[in-house]
Amino acid sequence: MTRLNKRPALLLFLLVLAILAPLGHGNYIIYVLTSWLIFSIAAMGLNLTLGYAGQISLAQASFMAIGAYTTAIMTLAGWHWLIAAPVGMVLCFLVGLVLGYPALRVKGHFLAFVTLAFNTLVFLVLRNEDWLTGGSYGLSSMPRPDFYLFKTLKQLPFYYFTLAVTVVAALVLWGIVRSPWGRAFKALRENPVRAESLGVDTRRITLLAFAIGSAYAGLAGALVSPLVQYIDPGSFGLSQSLRILLMVVVGGSGFFFGPFVGAAVVILLPEMLRFTAGYYLIIYSALVIVMLAYVPNGLIGIGTRLRERFWPQHRARGDLAKGAQLK
Amino acid sequence: MSQFLQVMLSGLATGSIYALVAIGFTLIWQSAKTVNFAQGEFVMLPAFFVLVCTKVLALPLWLALIVALAVTVVVLGVLFKKLVVEPILPSGGIPLTIATMALAIFLKESVKEFYGAEAQPFPPLFPSQTLNVFGAVISLQDICNLVVALAIVVVLTLFLNRTRTGRCMQAAAQNPAVAEILGINVRRMVLYAFLINGALAALASFLITPVYLAKFSNGEVLGLIAFIAAIVGGFNQIRGALAGGLLIGVLDNLTATYVTAEYRAALPLVLLIVVILVRPQGLLGTSEGRAV
Repeated sequence: MTRLNKRPALLLFLLVLAILAPLGHGNYIIYVLTSWLIFSIAAMGLNLTLGYAGQISLAQASFMAIGAYTTAIMTLAGWHWLIAAPVGMVLCFLVGLVLGYPALRVKGHFLAFVTLAFNTLVFLVLRNEDWLTGGSYGLSSMPRPDFYLFKTLKQLPFYYFTLAVTVVAALVLWGIVRSPWGRAFKALRENPVRAESLGVDTRRITLLAFAIGSAYAGLAGALVSPLVQYIDPGSFGLSQSLRILLMVVVGGSGFFFGPFVGAAVVILLPEMLRFTAGYYLIIYSALVIVMLAYVPNGLIGIGTRLRERFWPQHRARGDLAKGAQLK
Repeated sequence: MSQFLQVMLSGLATGSIYALVAIGFTLIWQSAKTVNFAQGEFVMLPAFFVLVCTKVLALPLWLALIVALAVTVVVLGVLFKKLVVEPILPSGGIPLTIATMALAIFLKESVKEFYGAEAQPFPPLFPSQTLNVFGAVISLQDICNLVVALAIVVVLTLFLNRTRTGRCMQAAAQNPAVAEILGINVRRMVLYAFLINGALAALASFLITPVYLAKFSNGEVLGLIAFIAAIVGGFNQIRGALAGGLLIGVLDNLTATYVTAEYRAALPLVLLIVVILVRPQGLLGTSEGRAV
C-alpha cells in the first residue's frame, strides 16, 4: 500500500520538475527540452504498439510526417492548430488502419516489413507532390498556435503548451492502458494464445493499438511543425523511425514511463556528449545491442531490477509474474 | 520490342543479385529464427572491405576480393552469430530483431565515420562493353552478373540437396530437436547457415556495387528489396527467394520504364501488400512453412 501512496507524490514532483526545468535557460535548451517532450509523445504511441501489443512499427516518423504536414498545410491556410492537429491525428489513425489491416492478417513480423516499405511511399509522396507539400524544399513559416490570452510565439510559452499537450496525451494513454480494453493489449503481449482463448479478438486489438500508436505520432508531428516552423521530407526518414523505436526499447518497452526515459537518452544525451561528435551513433547503437543482451527490459527494467535487489518488496505469488512466460 | 528486351534483361540481372541477398536472409530465418534487419548493410559492407584492401593495402583486385570474402564470412558470419544472435536469442524474437536494427545503424555509421560519406567508385569485375542482339543494346556486365548469380544459386542448391552436410542443415532447420536426436550437430549447422549468409552477402556486394557505387547508405534500399523478395517468393525456400528476387528486379525496371519513374521505389510496398492479401504464404511457399 505504501507504494501506491508514494506514486502520486512522485508524479507531482516530476511534473513540477518539468515546469521548472526550462526556467533560466536560453532558447536553445528550451528548444531541446520541447523536442524531448514531442519525441516522448511519439515514443509513447510506439510503446503502445511495441510494448503492449508486441508489434514492431518502423514508420513512426512517417506518421509524424503525416501529422506535421497536415498541421502545416492547414495552419498555413488559416485554420487554428486546435482543428488542424486532430485532423492530422485522425488521418494517421485511418492510414494506420489501412496499413495495419493487411499486415496483421498474418502472424509474424509483417507489420515491420510493411511499415518499413511505407517509409519510402511517404517520402516519395512528400517529395513528388510539390503542389501540396512543397516538394524537397518543404514548407516553412507555419504560425504557432495562439490562444488569445496565451500566445506561444516565444520559446518558453511554447514549451508549456507542449508540456500541457504531453500531460493530456499521457493521461489519455494511461486511461487506455488501464481500461479493460487496454488490459487486453497487455494480455495479448504476455500470452497471445491464452488471450485468444479468453475471448480477446487479438487481430482487432493489435490493429487498434497500432492505429492509436500512429495517431500519437501524428500528434507529435502536429507539434513539430509549429516548433521548428520548417519541415521537409528528409527529416522524417527511416533513420528517424529507427531512432524513435530505439527510444522505446532503451527506455523500457511496456513500461508507462519508458518512452520519457528513452527520449531523454536519445534527445538530451547527445547534447551533453557533443564531444563524441560523429561517433555518438556508433557508440549508442553498440550500447543498445549490449543492453538487449543483458537487460532486454531497458533502463526502467534496470531500475526495477535494482529495486528488487536492494529493497525487496513483499511478494505475493511471485510465480504469477513468471506464469505468462511459460509456454 | 528491343527496349522491352533490354529492360527485361537488366531487370533479371539486378533481380538475380537481389535473390542472393534474399536467399541469405531466408537461410538465417530458417536456421536461427532471426529476422535480420541488417541484411542490407551486410551487402553494403564487403564492398568497403575490398576498397580498403585495394586502396589502403594496395592489393590487386583479385586478392582483395578473396580477402574481403574471407573477412566478411568471419565478421558477418561468425562474429554476428557469437556477439549478437547468441546472447540475445534467449530474450526472444522482438529484442533480437531490434538488435539487428541497431546493428544496421552501427555498421552504417561506422562506414560513414571511418571511410567516408561520399559514394566511392568501385572497380567493375566484368568488361562494360555492350552487345547488339536483335537491335537491343545489352550490357555484357548485366549478362555476366546474371550468369554468376545464377551459378551461385545452383551451386548452393546442389550443396543443400545433394551433400550430407547440406541435408543435415536442412534437417536442423526443419526440426532441431529431431535432428539432434539423429546425431546432427545442430549448433554447427546453424553456424554454417551464418557463414553461407556472409558469403552470399559478400558476393552480392561484389556484383552490385560496380552498378550502384559504394555508399554507406546502400543497405537501406537493398535490405528492403531483399526482405520483400523473400516474402513475395515464399519465406521457406530457396527457389522462392530466387523467384521473388527476379520478379522484383524485372517489375522494378518495367515500372520505371512504362508506368512511373517517380514512384518506382513504392513498388516493393505495393507488391508486399498484394502478396499478403492474395497469397500470404508467398508465390512458391507452402502454407505450413508459414506457421510462425
